[in-house]
Amino acid sequence: MATSTELSEEQVFEDVVTLLKPFNKKGIEITRDTDFSTDLDLDSLAVMDLVAAIEDHFDITIPLNLLPDLERVGQVSEKVHDIIKG
Amino acid sequence: MDLLDKFNPIIEAKAKLPFEDGDPFMVCMEEVISQTEAVINGRRTILAGTNNYMGMTFDKDCIAAAHQALDSLGTGTTGSRVLNGTYAGHRELEKTLAEFYGTRHAIVFSTGYQANLAMISALCGSKDYLLIDADSHASIYDGCKMSDATVVRFRHNDPADLDKRLRRIGPDVGRLVVVEGLYSMLGDKAPLQDLVKVAKAHGAAVLVDEAHSLGVYGKTGRGVTQEAGVEDQVDFIVGTFSKSVGTIGGFCVSNHPKFEVLRLVARPYLFTASLPPSVVASATAAIRKIGARKDLREKLWAGATRLHDGLEKLGFELGAPVSPITAVKIPDQATALRFWSGLLNEGIYVNLAFPPATPQGIFLLRCSLSSAHTAEQIDLMLERFEKVGKNLGVIGAASEKRPSGEAEQTEQDRPARGVAAATG
Repeated sequence: MATSTELSEEQVFEDVVTLLKPFNKKGIEITRDTDFSTDLDLDSLAVMDLVAAIEDHFDITIPLNLLPDLERVGQVSEKVHDIIKG
Repeated sequence: MDLLDKFNPIIEAKAKLPFEDGDPFMVCMEEVISQTEAVINGRRTILAGTNNYMGMTFDKDCIAAAHQALDSLGTGTTGSRVLNGTYAGHRELEKTLAEFYGTRHAIVFSTGYQANLAMISALCGSKDYLLIDADSHASIYDGCKMSDATVVRFRHNDPADLDKRLRRIGPDVGRLVVVEGLYSMLGDKAPLQDLVKVAKAHGAAVLVDEAHSLGVYGKTGRGVTQEAGVEDQVDFIVGTFSKSVGTIGGFCVSNHPKFEVLRLVARPYLFTASLPPSVVASATAAIRKIGARKDLREKLWAGATRLHDGLEKLGFELGAPVSPITAVKIPDQATALRFWSGLLNEGIYVNLAFPPATPQGIFLLRCSLSSAHTAEQIDLMLERFEKVGKNLGVIGAASEKRPSGEAEQTEQDRPARGVAAATG
């Protein structure tokens, strides 16, 4: 795990894309605009696993309260970057 | 824009379900014969899904107490506990609960649902953290929504995951860990000793919802907390009167020195009418009985073991080890519906449970037993589970489970099943 403070938002995005691989069943290209629900067909169970994977990777907490606002990959990497910055 | 248009997907999904033989969400008990029997669709039916664990709904002392209160105090209080809705009976019930649990404080709410809403939303404000088990009941999730706290889910019954999450949050904020003693869908028990140990190592408060475990676990029926020997470390125990206590209402008990302030801040306590006197009287009578009636607990456990072992022997896949809740896993939605209505036609009522009420996207036939069930009734349940199960191919003719791929399916079950298999 890299020291969190060193990560740029772009690096966070790259890491999130890597973490998304096991959830990308259709093998579509992941962009910042990829939608978890409509493009990746993630159900609530998969979302929970994905969130846990991101939390573990960056050693952060992503509260349940934030999830409704995180619909696309770019929103997640921005939010994660914000959380890391503190 | 029609406000109800947003429910179109649900309306369409429901219309597609094969309700060939009645709607599982519209069952009517036309006549109630006893704790274990009712008339449904004109047929005398064994009730195997009513959470009536201690059979208190027809206890003669509870009925007598309710009658007396009804005759002398009327049908309702028509007011909040903090206005005109506290009668001597409400105080007496709280005293009885505190004595039963050996705690300094007890507070009674009008439903179990409101007990969780009230406790969770009052305890945790905008600067606090709520750590809840992922399989928590809707009332816990709704309590979280009602609070302004930051909500973090940990993996179901996973102390290591809770530990990790508490470590990330750190010690400088208020933290409440919320778990259930017995989870209502699969009937699986929380590893409470380990969870409490983790919570306390981080200095977090613990709330245990004993809705399905009151009366059932522990030497005097105080629940999984008592059985696990961690009563001195659990800060708040929440429970309901609508299961083992045989009526309706909810409560919380605690030794917290500032507990009484909750009566002034918990909105689901303040802004609703209190329980009617007859309900208060029967709940008080039932709580007094539950501690002493070890015989009822033993009978319940004997019945639960008989049902669990019998179903397992028939080849059904069950959700958890023996408990008064026995959940039979059914491979897909259509088979679950047919199985449920098949059982009802055979005079057995169980609960049909679908996602999102169930965890891991699974379909369940959920049985819950009562100490009032006889061995003969349980044998009848087993016989009819076997008959319907074989008819639908859920179990093999030689009592062997058929390979999962062969179970009867329709096109529309496929995606649901795929999701469950991929993520469950």
